[in-house]
Amino acid sequence: MIDKRLLVSAATLSIAALALTGCSASADADSAGGAANGTDAATATSAEAFGGMDALVSAAQAEGELNVIALPDTWANYGKIIDGFEKKYDITVNSDSPDISSAEEITAAQNLKGQDTAPDVFDLGSAVTLDNLDQFAPYKVSTWDDIADDHKDADGKWVYDYTGLMSVGYDADAVPAPESLDDLLGGDYEGKVAINGDPTQAGAAAAAVEWAALQSGGSADDVSTGVDYFSKLADAGNFLPTDPTPATIASGETPVVFDWSYNNLAAAADAGGRDWKTAVLPGTALGSYYNQAINVDAPHPAAARLWQEYVMSDDAQNLYLAAGAYPVRLAAMTEAGTVDQDALEKVGEQPADTVQFTAEQTEAASKVLADTWATAIG
Amino acid sequence: MVTTSTRAADTTADVRSAHEGDGGDPSTRASSSSDGVGPSRGRRRPAAWWGLTPFAVWVLLFLIVPCLLALGTGFVDGDGAPTLDNLAALGDPLIVRAFASSAAVSAVTAVAGAVVGAVVCWGLTSLRPDGAVRSAIDAASSVLAQFGGVMLAFAFIATIGIQGVVTRLLIDVAGVDLYADGVWFYQVPGLLLPYLYFQVPLMVITFMPAVSGLRPQWSEAVATLGGTRWQHLVRVVVPVLAPAFVGSLLLLFANAFSSYATAAALISQGAQIVPLQIRAALISETVLGRENVAGALALGMVVVMAVLMIGYSLLQRRTERWQR
Repeated sequence: MIDKRLLVSAATLSIAALALTGCSASADADSAGGAANGTDAATATSAEAFGGMDALVSAAQAEGELNVIALPDTWANYGKIIDGFEKKYDITVNSDSPDISSAEEITAAQNLKGQDTAPDVFDLGSAVTLDNLDQFAPYKVSTWDDIADDHKDADGKWVYDYTGLMSVGYDADAVPAPESLDDLLGGDYEGKVAINGDPTQAGAAAAAVEWAALQSGGSADDVSTGVDYFSKLADAGNFLPTDPTPATIASGETPVVFDWSYNNLAAAADAGGRDWKTAVLPGTALGSYYNQAINVDAPHPAAARLWQEYVMSDDAQNLYLAAGAYPVRLAAMTEAGTVDQDALEKVGEQPADTVQFTAEQTEAASKVLADTWATAIG
Repeated sequence: MVTTSTRAADTTADVRSAHEGDGGDPSTRASSSSDGVGPSRGRRRPAAWWGLTPFAVWVLLFLIVPCLLALGTGFVDGDGAPTLDNLAALGDPLIVRAFASSAAVSAVTAVAGAVVGAVVCWGLTSLRPDGAVRSAIDAASSVLAQFGGVMLAFAFIATIGIQGVVTRLLIDVAGVDLYADGVWFYQVPGLLLPYLYFQVPLMVITFMPAVSGLRPQWSEAVATLGGTRWQHLVRVVVPVLAPAFVGSLLLLFANAFSSYATAAALISQGAQIVPLQIRAALISETVLGRENVAGALALGMVVVMAVLMIGYSLLQRRTERWQR
């Protein structure tokens, strides 16, 4: 009896072992398919390492899939950018958890490490990017030289992709057009003014407070006047403490929304018949680039690198612009004449006095927010 | 007699599942699951213990181990080195305020839910225990006590949210604006109504067995000895029901204290209660490096829940004296 049982266990164990080796063997085969000319896709730092763009494309097509994360269809035109990539290269894009935060993107990458479903590429806020440099694989796209030095990491671990301007979106049928932030303190806006998220949690919401500071006498070094502004808004009964989404905008629940211009412009197309307008008020404007990066543990390393090339190509950069986001290669494309002029005219030139917070200023602002936000609007 | 004790057993099972339904803290489930599974007095029955093994393994793997892992994160820093810094966050004025808000919401909805629920139970005693109305209310309570989370939040948003049916109706018909003084519905006060919605039915299913345990013979005995109805109430009913009432009150408090999904769907600004602080510590993209504070916050919640559950099980033991 005992012998028999032992036999069974031994058989089970060896089957398990076989299955495991089988798995790793096929995984090896996969990554071998992703490399060309003996290059390992996971460590390639440029298209040349593959032997040129064509080789990169065929390596990526051999992988056949790309996992992206935290890219809502309505955010900076990502719906069309993903479609464009799928059509151009015939690679399936799996878009997971579109509504999570930048911090959650990193957590997802760490939790899913080694699995086929892990994200291949990230679109991150700057604070999270600089805090997680080990998570990124260095790669320089072929349009690398178009990008200003302070808009990219020297090693190629991250690169800015696009920025919007902080703006006020509003339902023109429900409220008058605001001409300054002080207008929003008036009786017309009672219980109507929302911001996209909690500033102590979401980058876009923090930017709303930073912009309010710039608009009301504060500076990038001291955002407390921005907190004071929202505190006044709450005291006036105008602050609406709910999280706006395309659905709340369409239903009329959030008639005024602080958000990036590309989000407010996108909301207009999807506002259920409402007359949704976007106001980038006079005075100092605030921009904030998002960062593009490759997951160092990307399950589809070649496709991830091809995605970087696509995102930085004229096609995708013009799609950002069409949604109202300023792409990082805008200046170079304007010079080369490859920019989508119609889109540029519609969005308007970027204001000359656009402020972009440095990493230190963002960190200091976050600290102020963490200490004072809850009491300011509570 | 027999029916009463069966009902009591049924209801205990209901309470247990009601907890799990609302995503209650693991400690709640762990302590209530130990109720009534002790060995029978005198004789040892090893077979019964073997039958318990799958359950014990399940509890270990899916409750105790994850719970310990979560709490453990409170004692290391971002690089995995041991530290007590995260615990210091428990003294942060904002965190203290979040605990106070959590406690206030829980206390208000527990007391209000307990009082309303007790009145309902008292009213039900005049109905036939096997009648249609009693069965309907029993069934409805069991279902509604489980109706929490995002579904409940959306039901309330659709009803009394800013564009809710009732809100619009009140403005159009009666000229009453619910939100004339600010949009309280998406703040802590907005939690009270949705929480009461599941607290009252939970009170009904936990308190009903105690109320049904009251014997008509006791009031007859009081009358026979020359007592008044008032004396029956003060000297018999209140003392017999008090432990059950306070026990149920603690359970309601714990239920509200550990609720997350309803609050998460309603409140998006300020993270005013502890479960929302835990979310903020875990997902924030602006205030970085606080992930392990979540473990310390969870420890704070577990301590509160443990105290409540010990109190509950002590009171429960006292209550059961009158139900045998």
